[in-house]
Order: sequence, then structure tokens, then C-alpha cells
Amino acid sequence: MREALDPWQFVTAAYAIGAITTLAMVAGSWLSMRRAEKRRDKVREIQ
Amino acid sequence: MHGFANPARFLRIATWATPLCLIAGLLIASAALVWGVGFGPADALQGDVVRIIYLHVPTAWLGMMGWSSIAIASFVEIVWRHPLAGIAARAAALPGAVFTALCLITGSIWGRPAWGTWWVWDGRLTSMLVLLFLYFGYMALAGATQHDEAPGQGQGRMAAIFGLIGAVNIPIIHYSVLWWNSLHQPPSLSVSGVVTGTGPMATSFVVPLLTSVLGFTLIYTGVVLARMRMILADSQAEARLRRKAMAAQARSGALAEGW
Repeated sequence: MREALDPWQFVTAAYAIGAITTLAMVAGSWLSMRRAEKRRDKVREIQ
Repeated sequence: MHGFANPARFLRIATWATPLCLIAGLLIASAALVWGVGFGPADALQGDVVRIIYLHVPTAWLGMMGWSSIAIASFVEIVWRHPLAGIAARAAALPGAVFTALCLITGSIWGRPAWGTWWVWDGRLTSMLVLLFLYFGYMALAGATQHDEAPGQGQGRMAAIFGLIGAVNIPIIHYSVLWWNSLHQPPSLSVSGVVTGTGPMATSFVVPLLTSVLGFTLIYTGVVLARMRMILADSQAEARLRRKAMAAQARSGALAEGW
């Protein structure tokens, strides 16, 4: 017996996982970079 | 090439290149995905599920490109001891691992309706899973090494050697569908096929697919640049704090002698 699978459920799941993971990686890397550069600038100001 | 190994020159370029790559990449990738999913044709055999290709292929390409860049940077780190090469290799590991994981997940989701199974232990899928484990190993090894060593020396050299040895897996992944029987289809894209329009894939699929590959490659580049800037800023802060601590120690030593 052949299963009746809705292809859009699979397409939606793949794109949801892909979009969330990619955006999380971009945001995480950007925020980590900003935090590290702020810390470096603060350390430079210490006399 | 040696000129670009200067951290100050790199930072001058990366300051504007990082947001440019990220914004352009996000815009181009989003446009390509909307184009492919919303307006592209369905496949004659697979139907609508083929639309996963616009996400699956770029992630597979970047998973392999991630390790290729680690291997090239590791080679440069070992041979020329460029200060930025080791940083570039470490920065490429996380986005490479993320895109490899995404390739495996989207491929598994695609496999269920197309092949009738989530997973098979064939050459392509298994070698891609091995690549993900190689990324985990590389990140653990690179994270465990000291940050203040000269590039290409000491424990840092171990991560670079691991990066070079792991590159053996890249041609295995690429040729696995030709060497062994597999449920996975053989390569659909080739340079000659795209240029001459005689490849196995129709142009209506190829154009949004290549646009998506371009968008995701820009995102990858932006993330690598951001992570390189993060590693550089961390090491600069650590070096400055160490110098200050040593100066304070030397002053207190001089005071004690004077007393």
C-alpha cells in the first residue's frame, strides 16, 4: 500500500529548520563579535 | 597574499565586508528560496518535494567548502605561519559544521517522501556524517589549544594537521555516488552543463539554485569574517591584559627591591 504523504509538510519543515538555524548562527556570530570588540576597546581604555 | 596576512589590514577590510556579505547574502538567499519554492516548477517525478533542493544543495556545498577552507588555511598556517591562517581555520569550523548538519537534516527530510526512508547507510550519507564528526573533533581540538602560541607551532599545529588529514574525506563525499551504489542521485550540476545548458537539470531549476548557492556562500563568508574578528579581538584583549599584569608585577618587584 502506498502512503499518501503531503510534500508541503516536508518542504515546510526543511525550510523552517534551515531558516531558524541560519538566522541563529548569523545573529550569534554577529553578537559574539560585537561583544569581543567592545571588551577589547574597554581593555584599551584601562590605564 | 602575504600582505593580507596583516591583522590590521584584515580588520580594515573586514569592518565593511562583514555586514556587506551578511546583508547581501541574506537578501539573495531569501529571494532565491522564495523564487524556488513559490514560483519554480515542480519535478515531473518527485513533485513539490523537490523544492528542498534550493536549501539542501547550498548547505551540502558549504559543508564541503567549510572543510576545504580549513584545510587550505591549515596548510598556510603550517608552511608560512601566517598569523591569520590559524584564526581563519578556527573561524570556518562552526559555520561549516552548521551547514553540514543542515545538509544531513534537509536530506533526511527529503529522503522520507522521495526514497521512503529517513536514512540509509550508503556512501554519500555516511561520508557526510563523518564530515560532521570531523568538524566536532576539529572544534574540540582547536578549542583545547592555547591561544597565545605562535601560529603553526605547538598544540595549535595539531589542529592544523587534523584539518589537513580530514580533507581526505572531501573527494570521498564528492565521488561516493559514482564509486558505490546509492539511493542518492549522481551529481546534477557541472560547470560544462551549466555553461552549455546541456546538464541533466533544467534551466528553470538551475538559475534559482545557483542564486541560492551564491546567497548562502555570502552568508558563510560573512559569518567566517565575523568569527575571525571575534577571535582577533579576544586575543588582542588577552594580550593587552597580560602585558598590563606583567608591567604591574615588574613595578611591585622594583618597589620591593627599593624597600
